[in-house]
Amino acid sequence: MQVTIQPENNVAVASVEGRLDAVSAPELESKLSASIDEGQTSMILDLTNLDYISSAGLRVILSTTKKLKKAQGKLVLCNLQQAVMQIFEISGFCSILTITDDKEAAFSKI
Amino acid sequence: MTEALIIKYSATLENLSEISSKVLSAAADRGLNKKQLNDLELSLEEAIVNICNYASEGRDGKLEVIVDTDKDGRIVVQVIDNGIAFDPLSIPDPDLTVDIADRPIGGLGIFLIRNLMDDVKYRRENNKNILELIITPEA
Repeated sequence: MQVTIQPENNVAVASVEGRLDAVSAPELESKLSASIDEGQTSMILDLTNLDYISSAGLRVILSTTKKLKKAQGKLVLCNLQQAVMQIFEISGFCSILTITDDKEAAFSKI
Repeated sequence: MTEALIIKYSATLENLSEISSKVLSAAADRGLNKKQLNDLELSLEEAIVNICNYASEGRDGKLEVIVDTDKDGRIVVQVIDNGIAFDPLSIPDPDLTVDIADRPIGGLGIFLIRNLMDDVKYRRENNKNILELIITPEA
């Protein structure tokens, strides 16, 4: 799993690639947490190249969303692959998270 | 008739990748399609992560995984551990309607297994937890 965070228009855009499972989820958690600690309150997770997500990954996304919400901030997800979207749907995350088709739409939701 | 795959490992997350790779290979040989393999991969991870985190309770947990086909042609992946008695199927489904602020962080693993597999069974036998992930090969 690789995560790179780039600032774009005052938003932290995190590209998460590869597999987000129980082994790699802690690394994502700590990188996103560090970004929030640095003062970032607007975040976009670009999941274009994320091929796999398990409940460990869902938990990190949920806890990051809650942290940002507490800081009056927001998290938007975009470019989910079909298999990943299926897991979000099954777990009911689609109704509690902001998910858009592409990055442009994600910026409009921030 | 293909022989059953039987593999044994310590119940640690470091072994997840290797266990998964062997199980998926055996399941592919038995006819699971790509989507079913993805579903099995996720279910297997959830099952093993729960065992590593809970059933083992920090002791030297041991895992045995068996892949076989039953008499009805269904692929059965048995995940067997020697940890404390723990029936994952007794955990209630998470409440999906709850608002984000109130949604608890845990409880998803088992829920995903139940939704992705055709059937899931648990039994306790000889001081071991036996979780069966069952899936019927589709074209």
